[in-house]
Amino acid sequence: MPPADAAVISDLRQRIERIGGIAARTKTVLPFGVPGIDRRLPKGGLALGALHEVAGGANGAVDGAAAASFAAGIAARTGGKVLWCYTQADLFAPALAQSGLTEEQVVFFEAKDEASILGCFEEALRHGGLTAVVAELAGLSRVSSHRLQLAAETSGTMGLAVRRWRRHVDARDFGNPTAAFTRWRVTELNSAPLPVRGVGRARWQLELMRCRGGESADFEVEACDAQGFIALSSDLADGSAATEAWRHRAAS
Amino acid sequence: MPVAKAESLFADLVIMDADLRGDEVGLEKLAIWALRLYSPIVATDTPDGLVLDIQGAAHLYGGEAGLISDVIARLADLGITAYAALADTWGAAHALARFGQKTTRIVEPGGQSDALLKLPIAALRLPAEMMPDLLLLGLDTIGELAAKPRAPLTQSFGPKLFRRVDQAFGRLAEPIEPVESPELISVQRIFAEPIGAPETLEKYTRRLTDMICDRMEEAGLGSRRLDLHYTRVDNRIETIFVATAKPVRDPKRLGRLLCDKIETVDPGWGVDKMTLTAAFVEPLVPKQVVAQYSAPPRPDVEELWDTITNRYGRESLYRAVSVATDIPERAVKRTSPTSTEVGSKRNASYRRPQRIYRRPEPILALAALPDHPPRAFTWRGQRYSVLCADGPERVRGEWWRNDNEKGKVRDYFILEVDNGERFWAFRAGDGQHEGTGSLKWYLHGKFD
Repeated sequence: MPPADAAVISDLRQRIERIGGIAARTKTVLPFGVPGIDRRLPKGGLALGALHEVAGGANGAVDGAAAASFAAGIAARTGGKVLWCYTQADLFAPALAQSGLTEEQVVFFEAKDEASILGCFEEALRHGGLTAVVAELAGLSRVSSHRLQLAAETSGTMGLAVRRWRRHVDARDFGNPTAAFTRWRVTELNSAPLPVRGVGRARWQLELMRCRGGESADFEVEACDAQGFIALSSDLADGSAATEAWRHRAAS
Repeated sequence: MPVAKAESLFADLVIMDADLRGDEVGLEKLAIWALRLYSPIVATDTPDGLVLDIQGAAHLYGGEAGLISDVIARLADLGITAYAALADTWGAAHALARFGQKTTRIVEPGGQSDALLKLPIAALRLPAEMMPDLLLLGLDTIGELAAKPRAPLTQSFGPKLFRRVDQAFGRLAEPIEPVESPELISVQRIFAEPIGAPETLEKYTRRLTDMICDRMEEAGLGSRRLDLHYTRVDNRIETIFVATAKPVRDPKRLGRLLCDKIETVDPGWGVDKMTLTAAFVEPLVPKQVVAQYSAPPRPDVEELWDTITNRYGRESLYRAVSVATDIPERAVKRTSPTSTEVGSKRNASYRRPQRIYRRPEPILALAALPDHPPRAFTWRGQRYSVLCADGPERVRGEWWRNDNEKGKVRDYFILEVDNGERFWAFRAGDGQHEGTGSLKWYLHGKFD
């Protein structure tokens, strides 16, 4: 592309953003610290003051373990207090510290039903004293996601909806559009092989399924470290892991 | 029993006159104690009881059973042996606490008629002079009395007899006149015409909040709990209250918390008096505000915690603190979000799963003894073959807590199966000694 065309395109992008109001509302972003991923996101990171959706792939749609870990890593890196809302009481709090979310940083809200989760999610996003709110949800309608998005915009708090369903068939709901800025799917892959016996650092197939102002992408990453940072898989070069991932996705 | 007889039975008997007035004063003190802790409507039930209207207050103690056991336990700490009963009506609760023969008793809503039938008529709060005559008529239990024709008995005993019966069964309303603590800060507003529209209630709620905040400011106090009584024209009292984690004196914040609850108030034919009381106050000194010209500071999170706990109950919001134990079921303790408690340091090199099953799920697995992970296992009818594994991490039963755990062992493994999922599994028993466990395999969690 000639440089003149690039300048025209970037100018057009900025004008579209201004029309959509995105630029005014989301002032800052939270980069992943991985250039390969940040390059794919508008402004080089996840928008703060926005709603993001995360779900697990395959069996993760029901247990949501990897999705929770991914969300915990992001929430931890926002730096402030985090509220974590859930209905299914199977979250193991000490494990969140492995993704960087320390026990001083996070407060849990155990709700009786999804309606109170949505209510609490919105209240917490609108309040602004927190830096991130994570909510484990099954249903997220277009209207409620829009409300959450607006609440996040007013306060600059990041909202992370961990979508998690009771049954596999309900996971089809993840195809329905919502007002979230980005939508991620995290599927567990086999861990990096170790030279000795044991299980190495967990690896994920990370799919950016939808991104406002950006394009979808696939990454193969290593799970969050103790600071909440993910890393690109080191052995991408030999290609074996990637083909395995494709086979896995075709099977699921 | 005459005093002389009692003296002959016990050698060192201490005898003193009954101090009825003193008892009453003591009971009133206890009522104010209960008012601060449990419920905005508390009254003395002389000579020996307290009556609490706990509608809308029980969820703060984990439901009705939780509240009752908390009352009994705290009174026991004060050296008072108490009996408690919870029922739809004052009369039924009064009777069951005294004659129910149980330390605590909770009657289902509407169940008081069945619970009362077998109790003696002494449980009905009737005047003492009426009792011998009723017994003479052969009326022993409340059920017998309630089944009698009313007219002849009313003729001889007056209307009070069946009024007490009706009050106990819930056919007649019986308002509770709550105790008021003289030193409590309280503001009230009486209306010439009853009000009932939610907007009007909200408007005056906010005005009263402003007034009470001014009063608290004069006294240098902040409220931890505010009670708002709406006295209806039919003499029933509707109550809402809000509790905060730290003393607060901000009228906007308190007003919002109170208005959040107005939808639970049933104004009936109208409200003609509103009383706002700071039931529980703590000193609150004004804070120096630093002028900041850069970014505005983030709002105080405690405000959010108060909003959530007042709306969804106190036990739903918590901070998880690590406990020094290896047993995963006991690894987390819940504390309030504002507490500064620091948990015990965990050794981070032992990985823990993101999801933990409340009850370990039995799986079919075969593994070489004593310390090899299984090569494959079957869970919920599906077979998983294990690619690699980490372990064992040995966890021993805590014999100092529980005799059943003495000598028991769990060997935990991280199992990675062929589709990339990672599970946390354990074998009950160490694989060498029979007494340590059944050698069965269980899944206990799921890794990311």
